[in-house]
Amino acid sequence: MSDQSSEPKIDLADVPGDGETSVATDDSAWAFSPEREQRYQEIVRRYPTNFSAIMPTLWLCQEEWGWLRPSIPEWVAERLDVPLSRVYEIITFYTMYYTEDPGRYNLQVCRTASCHIMGAQKIVSHIKERLGVETNQTTDDGMFRLEEVECLGACGMSPMMQVGKVYHENLTVQKVDELLEKWRNDG
Amino acid sequence: MADCPLILSANFDKADSHTLAVYERDGGYSALRETLGKTTPEQLREEVKNSGLRGRGGAGFPAGVKWGFVPQDTGKKIYLLVNADESEPGTFKDRFILDYDPHLMIEGSILASYAINSGHCFIYIRGEYAWLVDRVQAAVDEAYAAGLLGRDILGSGYSLEMIVHRGAGAYICGEETGLINSLEGRKGQPRIKPPFPAVVGFLDCPTIVNNVETLAAVPWIVNNGAAAYTAIGTEKSPGTKLFSVSGPLKRPGVYEIPLGMPLRDLIFGEDYCQGMAPGVELKACIPGGSSVPILTAEETMSANCCYESLAEHGTMLGSGGAIVIGHETNMVELLKVLLQFYHHESCGQCTPCREGTGWLDMIVDRLLQGRGRPADLELLEHVCEGMIGNTICVLADAAVMPARSFIEKFKNEFEALLPEMEEPQDYVPTTSAAELPH
Repeated sequence: MSDQSSEPKIDLADVPGDGETSVATDDSAWAFSPEREQRYQEIVRRYPTNFSAIMPTLWLCQEEWGWLRPSIPEWVAERLDVPLSRVYEIITFYTMYYTEDPGRYNLQVCRTASCHIMGAQKIVSHIKERLGVETNQTTDDGMFRLEEVECLGACGMSPMMQVGKVYHENLTVQKVDELLEKWRNDG
Repeated sequence: MADCPLILSANFDKADSHTLAVYERDGGYSALRETLGKTTPEQLREEVKNSGLRGRGGAGFPAGVKWGFVPQDTGKKIYLLVNADESEPGTFKDRFILDYDPHLMIEGSILASYAINSGHCFIYIRGEYAWLVDRVQAAVDEAYAAGLLGRDILGSGYSLEMIVHRGAGAYICGEETGLINSLEGRKGQPRIKPPFPAVVGFLDCPTIVNNVETLAAVPWIVNNGAAAYTAIGTEKSPGTKLFSVSGPLKRPGVYEIPLGMPLRDLIFGEDYCQGMAPGVELKACIPGGSSVPILTAEETMSANCCYESLAEHGTMLGSGGAIVIGHETNMVELLKVLLQFYHHESCGQCTPCREGTGWLDMIVDRLLQGRGRPADLELLEHVCEGMIGNTICVLADAAVMPARSFIEKFKNEFEALLPEMEEPQDYVPTTSAAELPH
């Protein structure tokens, strides 16, 4: 289906990570911003099959709406004309597609080999204590979430964590405190 | 070693090294200009074959030989897939090429595509390297704008489409057939070989999957010739390699070294890691990424960084991700961390791996909790025996190799956790051990 003409029924500006979820009641409620719609069209034109295009399309959705909100998978399946099961195959196998709100700042601390050797658990314990959360929990204000993840390829700069697109490397407890302080102030 | 040319990392320290302007200023894309219209794909394949360049992702298969497996008469499209799904624990070398010299990889990829007569290339970058996806996309856009990609490259009549594809967090997609399935829009579960991807790969078409670092060596080989490349390194391990070294060191990082250099020089050499951090003593080293057998300190001091010497020491060069371990690290805890990684990353397709990685993880976990049983080391070996060689891909083997070598070489640390007598133990897996694989 073509969404070029349909009006977005949700306010895109305040969607990502705002806590209250705007649930689309019918599939036509979702529409990419013009810039992402253009990127979507290019993906469909360049990828050899629509199945191959599922991953990049889901990435576009996640960029647009923060996470894969209910009925987005259905919308993607319909737009790409692929079975919904194939979209869920991707969403459930890969760890980076979110079907629930990952929070404003999702602290993904690497726990694998080199980071473990260099004190990843000290960082994890410190964050737990500071934020009063356990691993895979979000703070009550929806601001921070703590995750322990597998090797992120920053072994020589360990310990480290990823927040959004950014790698924070050579972490110390002081550095973590400074970052948490900064993000609190930024809101 | 100072006289060894830098083939892969020459541009890393330059300002704006990621831009086309800087890359071309210092001779970039000259290999491509010298090749298109002047050298046939067969000649290029032959040159790379003669250079002895081996796959740098971990398997070490000769790249030119692999290219030669592509059937040229099927009438089907031929694909080149660039494996930038760097996820092996201890490995962070491709990241430096993607970040500081993306055009080197792109030029190598165009040359490789030309060599196998491919008109379609995908660069599959791990999802977590989000900023590198942007970086590489910008470089690809520059190359398109300069006529180095797309239709009729540099007026040669050769055309190539290049697409940057972002993964989404699955270690197994670094396995070449897992990567192919992922790119086809499926779970990244590996395929049974044969048929090999060179014959039946992406969309059932002939497909070559090469690691970023392998491709990055191709422009230099074209510019300087196969003989110059084989003059570096050892007979069986020609050329240079990037080693990513991590752990409690004075100067961990990514270093390009001629293959065959002693591992102790990499760890203690002034030009490299400069030794252990103050107060830390070398205890062990995993030389090639977490999936290869571990070396004791003594073995580390006598091994050389090349395929044959590491094989003699019972381990492998792998990806060149050297994890250096200090005397303070508890080996049982470290093994537990590695096993939980493999447990988490097992794709779930083969029973020995899906169940075996979980059992290894949980048995070591209960040892650490003080709830082990007297025969647990035999039990671990029994599980390893059931896993190794019994699965479609080598992820199971990759879990078994550290497990076996850790227990063999640091047995006292494991035995210290064994109870003397069997008694009923209530064991509850920790959160991480209880995670179900996907």
